[in-house]
Formats: sequence, structure tokens, C-alpha cells
Amino acid sequence: MRFKDVFSIIGPAMVGPSSSHTAGAARIGRLARQLFGAMPARADVIFYGSFAATYIGHGTYSAIVGGLLDMETDDIRLPDSLRIAAEAGILVEVQTGKGLFPHPNTAELRLYREHEEEPSFTIVGTSIGGGNIEIVSVDGFKVKLTGQYPTLVIWHTDSPGMIAEVTRLLQEEGINIGYMSVDRKNRSGQAMMAIETDQAISAELLEKLNGYPGIQAIRLVK
Amino acid sequence: MNFRTLKELAEKAEQSGLSIGRYMVQEQSQESGKAPEEEFAQMASYFEVMKEAVRRGLTEDTTSPSGLTGQDAKRVMAYRDKRASLLGEDASLAMAYALAVSEVNASMGRIIATPTAGSCGIIPGVLISCQERFGWSDEQMVEGLFAAGAIGYVIANNSFVSGAEGGCQAEVGSAIGMAAGALADLRGASPAQAVHAVGLALKNSLGLVCDPVGGLVEVPCIVRNGFGAVTALAAADMALAGVRSVIPSDEVVQVMLEVGTAMPESLRETAKGGLAQTPTGRKIMKELLEK
Ligand code: SF4
Repeated sequence: MRFKDVFSIIGPAMVGPSSSHTAGAARIGRLARQLFGAMPARADVIFYGSFAATYIGHGTYSAIVGGLLDMETDDIRLPDSLRIAAEAGILVEVQTGKGLFPHPNTAELRLYREHEEEPSFTIVGTSIGGGNIEIVSVDGFKVKLTGQYPTLVIWHTDSPGMIAEVTRLLQEEGINIGYMSVDRKNRSGQAMMAIETDQAISAELLEKLNGYPGIQAIRLVK
Repeated sequence: MNFRTLKELAEKAEQSGLSIGRYMVQEQSQESGKAPEEEFAQMASYFEVMKEAVRRGLTEDTTSPSGLTGQDAKRVMAYRDKRASLLGEDASLAMAYALAVSEVNASMGRIIATPTAGSCGIIPGVLISCQERFGWSDEQMVEGLFAAGAIGYVIANNSFVSGAEGGCQAEVGSAIGMAAGALADLRGASPAQAVHAVGLALKNSLGLVCDPVGGLVEVPCIVRNGFGAVTALAAADMALAGVRSVIPSDEVVQVMLEVGTAMPESLRETAKGGLAQTPTGRKIMKELLEK
């Protein structure tokens, strides 16, 4: 089911004018920010499809930047986010992309930390209607994240038992997995697990996971 | 959720002896693992935002940043207050409220997406105007929103609710179907009758394209919300009178999917066709870009 519950239909509370092009864009930006784990020093925003065609009129650009600034869909500062980002010294650039894209409303974000020449984080998100989103790729790994559940993203080395170990630790804490995607760059190379859970994930559990050999990085989105 | 189709929704509600709205409160609580009261409170807070949007749209300046739209809700209200409306007081009130909320959206005010921002006026328009007319409690209205949400949940998962995927039939069309079903539910229709209201309404907007001028959610979006409110009342009335949707509502939802998939990209929220590419539409777009 692409749409999970009643509030993915009635809702979100938002500032206009478009749920897919404004609220959805803000959510993509905010989830990117949370997965990135910090305020980026620079962000490249690439719009595709309908996003590329109408991002000016719909305020998609300010919405996605507002999301990067951690604003929610009904934050009245959203229309003003470009100015706020500039004042905070964040460099933002917008482009429109061509070629293949997964959905008519697609945005790609490339985020940079301070002093970085190359982006250290990329994310591709789609806005599927009514303000609902799906993140379809993180750092080039295929995922499927909605941002509606506690979300755990793990960068790790592809090796036997890795997935079993993570799911075992979750199980020990009584945490149920709603959706999980796994992808890797190549055999025994870089891999990613992206997990949506029904219950909150505790700091202790995060600690346990963090120390686990083969895990390079973890991000938790509540 | 324990239902995937409108037929299942009606059957499940019927079996539990509940209205669609009340049944959906339970379903939502089961899905989220939260108490029904908590879910109810969340929806109640959304209803407050809707009422506030109606109020703002009728009293504050709703001129949009582009200057293209605004203040039409007030025009319709003033005309209605002269008792001149051809539609009559009640339908024109629903129309005015729907325009009000949509204008608040276009002027970047706060609204609730129902199911989208482009179609955010229709459900509050009919629900709030009917609340005043029939003296319904806020609690009943919140149940009405759950009913609308249950119907929208089926439409969204079997078809779509975004103009970019399926044209305006998916946004304004879905909202009309949701509003019509919720109204019938609130007026005491059986769940099966309420589902007929959905099918009747959806059939009337099949094929509606998404062609916003300048890519803005203003023209034709705002007036489509006004029309949508009136159509929702009509569809609910037909269903309550016993009119049935000969093509079952679930099959109509499938048609919406089929028609939307066949729609060219130019008519799916790209501003590359339809009203957006009329001589005037193009001129407006050019002026906006120069701004
Ligand atoms: S024309 Fe397009 S943008 Fe406007 S309400 Fe319809 S679907 Fe939404």
C-alpha cells in the first residue's frame, strides 16, 4: 500500500500552495537533512519532471530548502526559506535534470559538509501525492522510505550474517520491522540497510549497533 | 487497514454496525497502535485548521503572490447575501467556503491537504457549511473527516491522488468523491449507499486534466474547488435519494487509473498543455517569469 493511513489522505497540515510540490518537497528536504545528520554547508537541488516544469510557481524550491533547514510542512517560514538559508551562510544551487527519473515529481539532493569539494551525501526522493513521499535512493543505494515510521539507515560492508545480526538485535528489543530494503554496490563491497520499524529505537540499541564490526555509519530518524 | 476496496469498506462497516467514519476511527487506531482518542484528537486539530482557513478566506486579503487570484470567496458570499444565488443559499455557501479555503492555500496560508492542497477546499467547504445548516457537532464533523479519509485511502491505493500522476480527476475528482461519500455517511445513509455517492461523483470528473496556468495552484484550481463542493452535494443527494452507481464505484476508480495513465504528460501538472498553454495562459506564464 503506497498510502498507509487516514492521515496520508487527510493531511498534512501545511502552508500552500501544493501538497505534492510544496509539502512533499519540504518533507523530502527534511528527511534528507535528518539522514545527513547536520545542517549542510552547501546543497545542490536537481528537479525532474513536473517538479522541473513548475518548481517556481509551486514554491518547490523554497519548500525543499525549508525542509533542509528542518522546517515542517506547516511552518509559516517555508516561503521565506531561501533568505533564511542565505543568512545562515548555506549555499544552495538549483538545476533541472533530464533523462530517466522514477516519478513525475522527483528531486535529487546533493549535500556537502564544510570545506567539501564533492558532495558527501546524495538522496533521491519522489513526491507521490497529498504530501506523501518516497525516498528511492540514498548514496546510490536503492531504498524505499516514507518518513512516516522510525527509520534506521545503516551503511555497512556486505558480508554474511550482517542482516541477521541487525534484525536479531531489533528483535531482542521487541521491535517489529514494517519494511526493509537492502542493496549493495558489489559483492562484499559497500552495502546499505534501510529499515522502517513500528516501535521507537532506543539510544542503547543504537549504541550496540554502532559498535558492530562492519557497520560504518548509522542514522536514525524518529 | 482491513479493506482494500470501497465494497469491502462498506461491508466491513456494515458488519460492525458502524458508520464509515466511526469504523475508520477504529481501523486507524489499529493501524497506528495508538488509542482511538489520540487519533480522533489529531483529526479534530485538523478540523480546527479547516475552520480557520474558511474564516481567513472570507475576512482577510487572499490575493496570491502572483496577483492572479484572490477575493473570489468574498464576492460569492456578498452575492449570496443578496439572496440572488441561482444555486440557493446552502449550495452557494458550500461553494463560497470551498473557494475561501483554496484562496488561503494559493496565498500560502495554512490548510489541510484533502487529499491534496490543490483540492483542499472541497471537503471543508461542504462539511463546514453543512455543519452550520444541520447543527452537527464538531465530533460528528471529525467522524465525517475519517469517512472521507477512508474513501480517499481506497482511491489513492487503487488509483492516484496527484495531478502529476493522474490529472485533476485524481485531485479534485477524488476530493469530490470523498466529500460526497462522507456527506451521505453523515446524513445517515447506509455504508453501501455512501459508496454509491462516491461512484456517482467520480464518474462526473473522469478525464479532468491538470493544467495549472503558470504552474501555479490557482487557475483553474480554485474555481474547480467551488464547483467541486456543489457537485459533492449533488452526488450525495442522488445517493440519498436512492440513485445507484450502475458501474460499481471500485470499477470507476479503476477507470480513473486507466484514464490517468493514458493522459499525456502535457496534461499532468507540467503546465505544458491545456489552459496553461492557451494564448492567455502563455502570456501570464511569460509575465510571471519576468517578475
Ligand atoms: S489543475 Fe492540477 S494543480 Fe490544479 S487542482 Fe487540479 S490537479 Fe491540482
